[in-house]
Amino acid sequence: MATNILKEKYTGKICTTTLGATKEQGGTRTSTVTVGGDATMPFLHFEGEMPLGPVVAMEIQDINPGWHPELDKVYAEVINNPIAWAKKCVEFGADLIYVKLAGAHPDNGNKSPEDCAKLVKDILAAVGVPLIVVGCGDDEKDSAVLPVVAEAAAGENLLIGLAKQDSYKSIAAAAMVHKHKVLAQSPLDINICKQLSILITELGLSAENIVIDPSTAALGYGIEYTYSILERGRLGALSGDKMLSVPVICQVGYEAWRAKEAVASEEDFPNWGDQAERAILWEAMTATGLLQGGAHIMVLRHPEAVRLFKKNAEALMEKPEI
Amino acid sequence: MALTGLDIFKQLPKTNCKDCGSPTCLAFAMAMANGKASLDMCPHASEAAKEFLGSATAPPVRTVKVGVGEQEIVMGDETVLFRHDKTFYHPTAIAVQISDTLSGAELDAKIAKVNGLVMDRVGQKIAIDLVAVTNCSGNAATFKAAVEAVAAKANFALLLVGDVAALEAAVPAVAAKKPLIHAATAENWEKVVALAKANNCPVVVKGNGLDDTAALVEKVAAQYKELVIDFGNTSQSKTLGEMVNARRLAIKKKFRPFGYPMLACTQATEAREEILEAATYVAKYASIVCLKADEKAQLLPLMAWRMNIYTDPQKPMAVEAKVYEIGDVGPDCPVYVCTNFALTYFAVEGEVVGSKIPGYIVAVDTDGSSVLTAWAAGKFVAEPIAEFVEKTGIMGKVNHKSIVIPGYVAIISGKLKEKSGLDVIVGPQEAAGIPAFAKARYPQLMK
Ligand code: B12
Ligand code: SF4
Repeated sequence: MATNILKEKYTGKICTTTLGATKEQGGTRTSTVTVGGDATMPFLHFEGEMPLGPVVAMEIQDINPGWHPELDKVYAEVINNPIAWAKKCVEFGADLIYVKLAGAHPDNGNKSPEDCAKLVKDILAAVGVPLIVVGCGDDEKDSAVLPVVAEAAAGENLLIGLAKQDSYKSIAAAAMVHKHKVLAQSPLDINICKQLSILITELGLSAENIVIDPSTAALGYGIEYTYSILERGRLGALSGDKMLSVPVICQVGYEAWRAKEAVASEEDFPNWGDQAERAILWEAMTATGLLQGGAHIMVLRHPEAVRLFKKNAEALMEKPEI
Repeated sequence: MALTGLDIFKQLPKTNCKDCGSPTCLAFAMAMANGKASLDMCPHASEAAKEFLGSATAPPVRTVKVGVGEQEIVMGDETVLFRHDKTFYHPTAIAVQISDTLSGAELDAKIAKVNGLVMDRVGQKIAIDLVAVTNCSGNAATFKAAVEAVAAKANFALLLVGDVAALEAAVPAVAAKKPLIHAATAENWEKVVALAKANNCPVVVKGNGLDDTAALVEKVAAQYKELVIDFGNTSQSKTLGEMVNARRLAIKKKFRPFGYPMLACTQATEAREEILEAATYVAKYASIVCLKADEKAQLLPLMAWRMNIYTDPQKPMAVEAKVYEIGDVGPDCPVYVCTNFALTYFAVEGEVVGSKIPGYIVAVDTDGSSVLTAWAAGKFVAEPIAEFVEKTGIMGKVNHKSIVIPGYVAIISGKLKEKSGLDVIVGPQEAAGIPAFAKARYPQLMK
């Protein structure tokens, strides 16, 4: 008896976006990743289609990032070798690899755009999954590096960023010319989020070419703001706002692994219990919580957090009889 | 469905006598529709109007309480589906299971462990809320003994999970603690509800999916309304769908059978997986989640998630903007500068305490925003900081001229030095770096 079901009627849905390109599609990937297509609030299968599940991108960096010892335990052998590191992440079940070109930062080695491009090419040669490539965080340098990377990886359909409100042009233009998708980041503001999509589409890229990060905050440190922006964005998309109807990426690992509750030692905080357990769950919980707001790609670091997150996402993707 | 002002107006006497304080009956009706007036303010309302409007204006989710005194938990009384629409009021209670197959020293050890599930983070005490004693033994006398032992020693309210015989044995013995009884089902509800009613305890009504549960709740509610709904969790996505439907129907359609708090027990068998499953139920409307995980390291992330989902989005959590004295301060102590966002302040305070070096913390008025948010909004930049520090007079209490600022705003140090005339020391980025920073810089002040 369906009398006790209250289905909302939505007019819009999230774009279906593919990352990576196989040989036939003009790239060299052995697998691609497609996200989006949701026509309902998260995981409400009774009310609308949610054809594709969430995916995980695992983060690597071009220089040793000096991560927490608990992560070093996992990556010690590969942390100085981004290519081996990328391969290891694929073994851990990464659907995509997220490459941060931290070494391009003027204070961090100031690697040239050409060196960055070569590294991205080498990673592309080493793994078959699609790549997400982000700059070092210095807007000026990133505007120099990312177009060169985009050109070197032409046709690979990378997700490339970060495109921000005042620095989106060179990245979006390069993505358009060399057939990549744009990772657009806005600072926890639904209007700026929407505005940025408008600006990028005005350059000539359709909404299908954008993935947004509405700014991710960690569990315990502002996650509720991200959660509510996700819900509001998703409701906007479902009610037909095309500029909000793009898949969402959350940069979880970086945020979770700087939260005190994740990194403080048990020695200093005996009342919080085992540090490794806490840290892994802090990361997995940040991702799982945000998933309920509506997100598609989670960028994670610890393989056990990846496993836990994926297992939970799978359970949520089961379509029950209600 | 919410009533409009006109729906309400039709039920009023239409005499415009003003006894309610409104100029006209229509104005009063409008105020009622907006939740700004209640029918009892009109002394002339008919019995028919009271009946009609009373049920229609009752809160969409009933308030139900479990436990007594300091252990009391208030559930329900939620009014919105999304926290950004207003706020969620009563945080999901976390219930940790204890099996009645434990006894003697083993049971005592388990109770002690569960009692220890109390932690501190960002200046707040966080803890579990209920102990769920479960009749795994299948034996009523065993259950009763375990329940009595838990009731005597545990610091939390009780959730008693068993069949009719077990509940009939145990509930009267601990009724004074007002336990929540689990569960009235299609087969046993008459007896279990009678037991709950006789002992004045709330009861969980456990059905099988939406329709079945609604029908059962209707039967129970005709006799007793202190109840909590359990849809009989068999899969996470099903339970999510059911709880979302139930809450939508309660709030948008005033569907009475679902106008009660909800409970979900986790399905996962592995503790870490249970914690993530529970996160879904915390986000989507459970008033109680019941799980087996009992390690602090596992429960801390879940409790933080609950804390975040239930913060009020309308008012930033701020602390008073002023100078705080941490420890036994003296004139040579460091002066730390941060914002008056509660999270920021408590993060810094915790670390200054942890450094064992007394210090002053100047919480600058940033309207309760974090360091970088306030910096981006121009509220935590050189001029306002310099002015605020000056206004507090703090530099008159110390014998040096330096202040420590957060590493994330290193960029303002030059300008701040210029504006304030003080030495500006750039501290670590994360507050967690403060103890090491302080020990290196002020070893002579170590207590
Ligand atoms: C939640 C959030 C918001 C919330 C505000 C929450 C609040 N009450 O402040 C909202 C949604 C309102 C918001 C709004 C904006 N935000 Co905002 N926001 C965030 C977010 C996600 C988390 C901030 C947070 O709560 N951190 C937790 C607190 C505890 O951190 P904290 O204050 O920095 O404190 C830590 C350290 O600094 C250190 N520390 C603090 N004090 C001290 C003192 C000393 C002495 C020491 C040693 C250390 C120390 O200890 C703490 C713990 O380690 C960040 C991104 C991120 N993930 O960090 C963006 C972010 C801060 N926001 C940003 C921006 C731009 C804005 C807006 C200007 C955007 C807009 N709409 O135009 C507005 C400004 C609004 C306004 N006018 O006030 C930017 C800042 C720009 C930059 N640095 O490049 C960020 C970084 C996002 C981004 N990537 O673009 N934001
Ligand atoms: S007291 Fe009642 S009858 Fe009199 S004006 Fe108010 S609503 Fe109308």
